[in-house]
Amino acid sequence: MRYRLLLAGLSALVALLFAVSLLVGPAALGLTESLSALFRGQGEAVVLVMREIRLPRAILALMVGGVLGLSGAAMQGFLRNPLAEPGLVGVSSSAALGAVIALQTGIAASFTLALPLSALAGAALSVVLIVALAGPRGGALALILAGIAISALAGAGVALVLNLSPNPFAAAEIVFWMMGSLADRSMTHVALAVPFMLAGAALLLMLGRGLDALTLGEDAAESLGVRLGRLRMVVILGTALSVGAAVAVAGTVGFVGLVVPHILRPLVGARPSRLLPAAALGGAAMLLAADIAVRVIAPDRDLKLGVLTALVGAPFFLHLIWRMRRLEA
Amino acid sequence: MSVCAKVSKAVLVAAAGLWLAASAGLTDPAPRRVVSVNLCTDQLAMMLAAPGQLVSVSHLAADPQSSAMATEARAYAPNMGQAEQVFLMRPDLVLAGTFSARAGIDLLRRLGVRVIEIPPAATLDDIPGHLRIIGQALGRETQAESLAAEFEASLDQLKINAPPARAALYYPSGYTTGAGTLADAILRHTGFSNVAADLGLAGGGNLPLERLVMAGPDVVVTATPYPGASRAEEILVHPALKAVQSRAGSAEVTDADWICGTPHVLRAVRAMAEAREALGGPRLTQRQEIR
Repeated sequence: MRYRLLLAGLSALVALLFAVSLLVGPAALGLTESLSALFRGQGEAVVLVMREIRLPRAILALMVGGVLGLSGAAMQGFLRNPLAEPGLVGVSSSAALGAVIALQTGIAASFTLALPLSALAGAALSVVLIVALAGPRGGALALILAGIAISALAGAGVALVLNLSPNPFAAAEIVFWMMGSLADRSMTHVALAVPFMLAGAALLLMLGRGLDALTLGEDAAESLGVRLGRLRMVVILGTALSVGAAVAVAGTVGFVGLVVPHILRPLVGARPSRLLPAAALGGAAMLLAADIAVRVIAPDRDLKLGVLTALVGAPFFLHLIWRMRRLEA
Repeated sequence: MSVCAKVSKAVLVAAAGLWLAASAGLTDPAPRRVVSVNLCTDQLAMMLAAPGQLVSVSHLAADPQSSAMATEARAYAPNMGQAEQVFLMRPDLVLAGTFSARAGIDLLRRLGVRVIEIPPAATLDDIPGHLRIIGQALGRETQAESLAAEFEASLDQLKINAPPARAALYYPSGYTTGAGTLADAILRHTGFSNVAADLGLAGGGNLPLERLVMAGPDVVVTATPYPGASRAEEILVHPALKAVQSRAGSAEVTDADWICGTPHVLRAVRAMAEAREALGGPRLTQRQEIR
């Protein structure tokens, strides 16, 4: 009962933030004007602003936030490690490397799906590495160290590729790939990324029962009929699909997958199967809020999303480490 | 104290003498080894210099995306504009823009090299003046005068006096230029008003795509994308911008002709004048009939 209430509350929050996201922007539009343009297509220029500029941005914030929260919860459940998160362990930056390579080699221009597929490949490679290096028995230290190494390597790769680009704007965009932004995204990007994100999210949401069993330990889980090999495959594929597509269009936004599951875990009785949908909704709410905030704080400057999520997330991360230290001592 | 004053006075006198000697020695005969370190002075110098007088132009001058004289520029040694490289070319005159690397320019002056700095042209009327300044510095006053006169005559011919249509300049990342820029002057000369200037922008700055769409310009002038890919340039193919352009019915593109205040600007002026005529033909005749 309490769980249903939580989901309903989170859904209402997401719906509210989605609406606010549609109503915030540099062109000061009236409320009725924007709504009639959005739903009935009245007012030529206003329709363009609402349907081609603000709607794709709000949809992407919803989806990207959702898959980041969800994949954070799934990774934490599978690795049984509270510090796992696609941004921190290098999955996002590897996806960025894949995306940047596709863009700068021109493959992305020659066939449409090359961009998300290449980002997906980058993400998949790093999840495989993380699971191999810091699998369920790896411990927090191994996970964080592997994550630092993978992030550093992928980040350096992104900077190298962009610095070698013949395009004078490319090098300045290292910031975008490291911090993420939804400025000036269009329905083209929605069409490109959302199907992959939905597929990834569907896979991750299927993990619930397996992750619940895994909380009892690997042997107990296997005796309950959970096939660990299959579970691992689904985690890898689901994370790669959703994070790869998200990064390909929005860049790397960190800490969403860390903060959201942690806030929500006590509210769902620490059951992974319940945490997964809640974390998806919470992630969507967090990213929608961050994307509204960047437009309110600096309307003309394209402040990066990752700046805000890190300002909230990094102190949170320090707090977590502090608490783990006390528990271990 | 008095010794100190005497010494400093002597130094001053000596310095003044040196300066006089140097400037007399350099200005009287035409300079023989001229180096230009700025894309715009590069082009003015290439148009005006006597054969063999210009030794080197900036590396940008050979880039077809920035320079209207990229082919001509290949005949000169390229420089990167650093004082060390330029000084080793033993120039007797350096042409620079006022936005050229300050430290390098100051260093060249301290090393005794004569430097002439030309500000970027902010209006079309600046261009004949810049031609004359460089012509005088190169000892090519006659050539400069005839180019300037030719430019002024062509510019007059291309002037469109019509109720302004609304144009927007739109570059990667939503960058645009407002009042007080050469691009704005080109628009105003050819019967357009600049949407960014109307929205209160002076100089360069960002115009969010939303505000551009709401402004509903008659013509959108965008830039040619560079090779390779960038997120900044993706805005130029954004469906919302494409919709504004298709409604406007004309998609003009800026190129190297728009960047520098040289007579090549006339090609940009001509293109915009044609766009204005194509756009406002019926409206223009209507107004004339009313009169």
